[in-house]
Amino acid sequence: MTTAQLLGQDPGWLIAVKALMVFIICVLATLMAVWTERRVLAKMQLRTGPNRVGPAGLLQSLSDGVKLALKEDIIPAAADKVVFIIAPIIATSMCFMAFAVIPMTGVVNIFGRQTALQLTDLPVGVLYILAVTSIGVYGVVLAGWSSGSTYPLLGGLRSSAQVISYEVAMGLSLVAVFIYAGSMSTSDIVSSQHQHIWNAVVLFPSFVIYVISMVGETNRAPFDLAEAEGELVGGFHTEYSSLKFALFFLAEYVNIIAVSALATTLFLGGYHALPGLGFTEQWVGGWFTLVWFFAKVNIFFFIFMWLRGSLPRLRYDQFMKFGWKVLIPVSLIWILIVASLRVLQQEGAPRSAILAFAAGVVIIVMAMSSLVERNKEKVRSADLPEGEAPNFPVPSLPNVQSINVSGGK
Amino acid sequence: MTDFIEKKNSGQADINSVPFTEVEQPGPATLAQQAKGFWVTFSTMFKKNQTVQYPDVKAPTAPRFHGRHQLNRHPDGLEKCIGCELCAWACPADAILVEGGNNTPGNQLSPGERHGAVYQINYLRCIFCGLCVEACPTRALTMTNEYELADDKREKLIFEKDDLLAPLRQGMLAPPHPMYPGMTDTNYYNGDVKEAHPSQGEK
Repeated sequence: MTTAQLLGQDPGWLIAVKALMVFIICVLATLMAVWTERRVLAKMQLRTGPNRVGPAGLLQSLSDGVKLALKEDIIPAAADKVVFIIAPIIATSMCFMAFAVIPMTGVVNIFGRQTALQLTDLPVGVLYILAVTSIGVYGVVLAGWSSGSTYPLLGGLRSSAQVISYEVAMGLSLVAVFIYAGSMSTSDIVSSQHQHIWNAVVLFPSFVIYVISMVGETNRAPFDLAEAEGELVGGFHTEYSSLKFALFFLAEYVNIIAVSALATTLFLGGYHALPGLGFTEQWVGGWFTLVWFFAKVNIFFFIFMWLRGSLPRLRYDQFMKFGWKVLIPVSLIWILIVASLRVLQQEGAPRSAILAFAAGVVIIVMAMSSLVERNKEKVRSADLPEGEAPNFPVPSLPNVQSINVSGGK
Repeated sequence: MTDFIEKKNSGQADINSVPFTEVEQPGPATLAQQAKGFWVTFSTMFKKNQTVQYPDVKAPTAPRFHGRHQLNRHPDGLEKCIGCELCAWACPADAILVEGGNNTPGNQLSPGERHGAVYQINYLRCIFCGLCVEACPTRALTMTNEYELADDKREKLIFEKDDLLAPLRQGMLAPPHPMYPGMTDTNYYNGDVKEAHPSQGEK
């Protein structure tokens, strides 16, 4: 029985219970995520992090949430009031909706009924997630626009440009997964990985592109241009306070958990155990798969924190250049290769033909990369045009490595 | 010390005559070099962290830390402050207010003729530079290592003379009382007075 059939038998009350469970899991995961992030980042900076509220500071994010809720809720006079209020609601609710199609456990027993901890199983589940997270961007854009202030507007615009750009790369990286699994349903992709091997191994370039673009998608460091503290105050949420700000905060973290959960589902075998530890999936009546699922989600979450602790923020043009000129072309070429290999396999081409194709691809890629390198060297060593040497100090140009200006004595 | 800044007419200043040194712009770092940064943050997680659990653990300050001020006393209990206002004049933040007063036979607070009648330091303004301490001619004003000076009212952060005066130690008598018999203010400054004389305490 497939997961879709299994979930189709759920009565209404069970769906409501599961919806509540998904919501609670998301909120609890956010509280834990904030605490974990602060502690891990602190460790990376030789600090301790929050350790005073509750055991080891575990309740810190809860008390911060209460503090936020009790703060004064300001709506600026210049704000478009209705949109200003709707924006954080859109941003938050869309993040939660993305979780509906994430399979978090295998078959488990909830109040005497056999089901899986997954709200619904759409045949186009992954597309649904992409669609819903894109709508979440409206929250950010509208927040920036409706605040009636400059910095939020800039932050909102940056954020929309950023998310749209990186969504292209993200969508393209997922195409290879669809081709390989032959389905867009999350549960089918999980089970196909269970039968073969994790997509992170066979589709490694897709995996890398996805991980990079998911950081861009969630507006996180080093791609946190939308809320660059040094440049835009708080970015799109500068004018927000109290619970509305808390909603954006929640949305950011639920979004991180959602993209991490999607990465787990699509590339790391979902809720299934590591190869060789399959027996653990039966523990606690199948609920132990939830532990595996969140263990894998935490790997991605750790990557988020690690990036934040290690890298400075990118400049806007560098960031866009990277998305459009590197990630998207590489994705396209990779899809071409995967699709060709897939067709060769399905058409029953001999193994030698497939190997020859792969070898040819490798040779072409190496030749191209060496050409690119040589071209780079040329550009770098190009001298300034004659007669245009500036007699005043200027920053180095992209085509020149450095300029020696020494006039006077 | 000589002054190295040459005098120049404003017309002579020319951006082209300023010598510049060539700055080498390193190209993009290799992948291995960039990965090094990740190793730094990762390995740091397993190092001992440097946080001091402040309200629970109070680490001692440096011995000469600039903390709250203190108005010192002579060994017999008389105040060292003579109300000269040099500290107030030295203060770059205008945080100190001093008003001097005359010592009378019935109200002798410090050796000599004058004492500080009003002495206030405003810790909302003080920048803890220590220039007041350098300015003090009688070493009346010094700084302690006390740094917990936060409070919830502005008024509480204006410290009066009572808040700043050093406590009475062994052998000191609370002023006002007469000077040590046979000693002048110069003897006081030279440190000839070692403790209070029994006659000083008589009313």
